[in-house]
Amino acid sequence: MIELDTIDRKILRQLIEDATQSASALGRKLELSQPATWRRIKRLRDSGVIKGQRLDLDRERLGFGVTVFLGVKLATKGRVSLDDFERAVSAIPEVQTVEHILGVYDYRFRVVARDIADFERVLRRRIMMLPGVGDVEANVLLSEERRPGPIG
Amino acid sequence: MLDDIDRRILRHYQRDAAINPSDLAERAGVTAATCTRRIERMQASGIIRANRAVINWRALGYEVEVSLRVTLDKTQSRAFDEFMAAARDVPDVVEIQTFLGRVDVRLSVIARDMAHYQNIYRTAILNLPHIADIEALMHVARIKSDEVLPL
Repeated sequence: MIELDTIDRKILRQLIEDATQSASALGRKLELSQPATWRRIKRLRDSGVIKGQRLDLDRERLGFGVTVFLGVKLATKGRVSLDDFERAVSAIPEVQTVEHILGVYDYRFRVVARDIADFERVLRRRIMMLPGVGDVEANVLLSEERRPGPIG
Repeated sequence: MLDDIDRRILRHYQRDAAINPSDLAERAGVTAATCTRRIERMQASGIIRANRAVINWRALGYEVEVSLRVTLDKTQSRAFDEFMAAARDVPDVVEIQTFLGRVDVRLSVIARDMAHYQNIYRTAILNLPHIADIEALMHVARIKSDEVLPL
């Protein structure tokens, strides 16, 4: 675990907005030299604080009008291998994220679809066919905000 | 509108957003100039909104992640707006989503450990306005998290 100072936090906030900016461009914004900025970015990457980059796309304009979160309970615990279940669900292209959780559900999936009819197809033909699927609860995403969190 | 070349570029770019431009052009089977021009066009038209760094909160000592599924008191007409505004002021909230379904809002909350989480829950979360019901789900593991669109 590494400690961040105020400048590190500013750099992180900048990179969350745009990870493609160069060390010199970022340094100019924060009134820091290019080498000093570069060293800090390298430390953030090497220590794993920045684990990667993600492309933020306009889903609707790419034809994915519906995002649904599914809470899934396994019906036959102990009989189905969790590894097999996780592999099978991860292989479905419309399933964007798979999280193992503890609570009323065992798993949470984020599913994208073109429209509600397309979602129904994914649900019936892919999700409900998974080995060991029990109760499924669907919530359609209306809006989503990612917050800066404790570095804000 | 997008054509097959745009889609091909996006498919590869999504899978590895940290890729350098010449490698991306090669994987997509186009020249570097075409690749750059296409990406700039998709940025200008808003199809590509941003290329964002992803933070690993564990590396910063945040070991606990909890999903709070909240049902709001919808008899209050301002319930959504007031709840959202107050939730934005809680620094430990990293994600706010609203839904159509049994759950109204989901907050993703991170904490250093369970004691820290208890403290956030008692002092910040339970003070948010118009909560009718709240349900907590604890994260165990992320199995897939690339958020790639099936283009």
